Amino acid sequence: MKIGFSRADEVFREDIAQWMTEHLSGEFAPLRFRGGPGDEHSFPEERKAWERTLAAGAWIGVGWAKEHGGRGLSISQQVIFHEEYARAGGPGRMGHIGEGLVGPTLAAFGTPAQQQRLLPGILDGSQFWCQGYSEPGAGSDLANVQTRAKLDATGEHWLISGQKVWTSLAHEADWCFVLARTEPGSQGHHGLSFLLVPMAQDTIRVQPIQQLTGTSEFNEVFFDQTLTHADNLIGQPGDGWKIAMALLGFERGVSTLGQQMQFHNELDEIIRIARANGAARDPLLRQRIAQAWAGLKVLRYNSLRMLSGPQDGNLGREAMIYKLAWSTWHSDLGKLAMDVLGDAGEILDAAPYQLSRLQSLFLFTRSDTIYGGSNEIQRNVIAERALGMPREPRVNG
Amino acid sequence: MEFAFTEEHLMIRDSAERFLAQASDSHAVRAAMNHPDAHDPEVWQRIGQELYWPALMVPERFGGMGLGFVELAILLEQSGRYLLGSPLFATACLATPALLLGHNEAVQEHWLGAIAAGETRATLAFASVAGLEACSVQTVAEPRPGGWTLDGEYAQVIDGASADLLIVAARAPGSEGEQGISLFVLPGNTPGVMRNPLATLDQTRRLARIELRQVPVSEAQRLCGPEHGWAVLRDTLLIAAIGLAAEQTGGAQQALDLTLAYIAERRQFKRTIASFQAIKHRCADMMLQVECARSAAYYAACVAQERLDPNGDCAVVQELEQAAATAKIHASEAFFHCAAESIQLHGGVGFTWEYDPHLYFKRARAGEQLLGSPALHRERLAAHLLGEQP
Repeated sequence: MKIGFSRADEVFREDIAQWMTEHLSGEFAPLRFRGGPGDEHSFPEERKAWERTLAAGAWIGVGWAKEHGGRGLSISQQVIFHEEYARAGGPGRMGHIGEGLVGPTLAAFGTPAQQQRLLPGILDGSQFWCQGYSEPGAGSDLANVQTRAKLDATGEHWLISGQKVWTSLAHEADWCFVLARTEPGSQGHHGLSFLLVPMAQDTIRVQPIQQLTGTSEFNEVFFDQTLTHADNLIGQPGDGWKIAMALLGFERGVSTLGQQMQFHNELDEIIRIARANGAARDPLLRQRIAQAWAGLKVLRYNSLRMLSGPQDGNLGREAMIYKLAWSTWHSDLGKLAMDVLGDAGEILDAAPYQLSRLQSLFLFTRSDTIYGGSNEIQRNVIAERALGMPREPRVNG
Repeated sequence: MEFAFTEEHLMIRDSAERFLAQASDSHAVRAAMNHPDAHDPEVWQRIGQELYWPALMVPERFGGMGLGFVELAILLEQSGRYLLGSPLFATACLATPALLLGHNEAVQEHWLGAIAAGETRATLAFASVAGLEACSVQTVAEPRPGGWTLDGEYAQVIDGASADLLIVAARAPGSEGEQGISLFVLPGNTPGVMRNPLATLDQTRRLARIELRQVPVSEAQRLCGPEHGWAVLRDTLLIAAIGLAAEQTGGAQQALDLTLAYIAERRQFKRTIASFQAIKHRCADMMLQVECARSAAYYAACVAQERLDPNGDCAVVQELEQAAATAKIHASEAFFHCAAESIQLHGGVGFTWEYDPHLYFKRARAGEQLLGSPALHRERLAAHLLGEQP
């Protein structure tokens, strides 16, 4: 157990900091500090171009194994990369679903042919991904997936029909990974398969959802006899649930550090406003600001624990609590932002409904405790899997 | 950067756990509570002379094992789990860091050697009034030929009545704030040292009020002069707070584990009460707090280890105050929360003297206050974050 960075790490830190300064300028300057949660709809084309620039600098897949085309950087250097990326105001990553979720999943469950076909598009910033898990009837009860897929007569293609929902970046994505029921009549987590589906098809309709922020990061996605090649099945038919759960495990990997740096930027803005508007003199707000800062440090320490443990998709204790920890912390930060703003928090940047960054934070963080497994589901999972408490009763029929 | 336990760490943890599960079971904890010094001398002898826990952090040249603060934190997590009544905390977390950071080789050699040999129970006395700041040091060291005369009092000294060695802070006459503070070593039986045990809410750890009435000390007893006195005292208190956070993490974990064991057995409405979602969710929240406390305590332990290492990483050492605050805040609040929940989820028996939750509840409340309350540490952080420090 040892913290701190070596000389070589500090040299690496200078490299990435300098690279960011040089490249996040000119045409990319407007992207600084943009495109994060609540702002993912901003500058899509520019952010895709930025991904290709990152790729040219070999900054995509820094933590991937070398055999998969990554750089295989040490944990220390991955930490540094994320710190410096966010410090420089690096924009929200259009490629994070591909890099953070699909890549590790393909590395763990894909065939060599699938890896060779699909990983390069993630690494060169040319292919973008979205996630097809939730459905109108499959939210917390994710295993209640109704989207169906069946092989056509030739056995060459899967035909997919159904509806997914809460799919962020669906309108910008080239690919969607879809959890679909491939065994007719199956129920729950049995009979599901994990399929990769090209988005450029007339049989796919993407319908944005207007959220309480007034903006639309999330979408409904409708599949009507949509095709994907048989080669795009990951694992075997029926493996879908196992792979889907492992993918959620990868979500608790190194990308959490980038998320935390985003949080850090938000907290810095709150502190700056508190100093300017006198909120810093309020004893209760001082306590909450300090608590937020310390809580963010603990999220970081939790991530360092997760990253130092085995990276096999299995969750350690610190990983099992991570979603509950960060979502609660972040929604508290949103409320703190409004309490620090005081009266000014009520006034919009512009009509009809243009939110400031902190107003957007306040509103958008209400989704953090819902998506990706609500806090209530997280507590069930912690109680049952980490603490070994009795499972919730299943109702048949 | 490798923020995970090694195989050796796990061995230290497991052997400590095996020892404490017997030597500090509920019966033993209650026996220790009734002992005037709140510890069983035989258990302490085994800890000092068979397990060598006090020797752990003492450098090998002084007869110790030369291990780091992370290893100590692993032991403290277990001792907190089992509510071990022991001079270990004051000796290893208060006196030993003060000696290690001090500036008197002869004093260090003598007393660190004595601690490593498992013969000496030691503690640190600094505050005349409650607080962690330099202004709470009010005992005066009046110069005299060949030394000083100490006069003053210390309000709540951990193990103050039983310690064989007191490390005391005192300030030069007329000095204020961080200036003029020195540290001295003082055998507990020195004439003029009056030690009054205090009756405490938490019976697993003793506090004493100590008065020094015209106590002469020599140059040879000065561990640290005014040029470094406050810096050594300040960092010692931060390191001790980190050790306490490790202990509190263990306490919080055990409050959760006791609860899980009880609710798995207790049946109402023809089912175990552990099967109710209202209870499951509360246990999940306890685990959330325990794991956050654990991450914060071990990160801070790594920082403390660098601070105590003469060749430690300077960039890491810079984080000491903030890492200590983060750990103390989270571990204090996790422990109190889990202990309070433990009483609630035990139901009626949780309110009895016979069951153990109250022991954890009282230890949790005492620990919140020791070495800086969460509110104090947050205010320190706030002053730093809001740019109010010089």
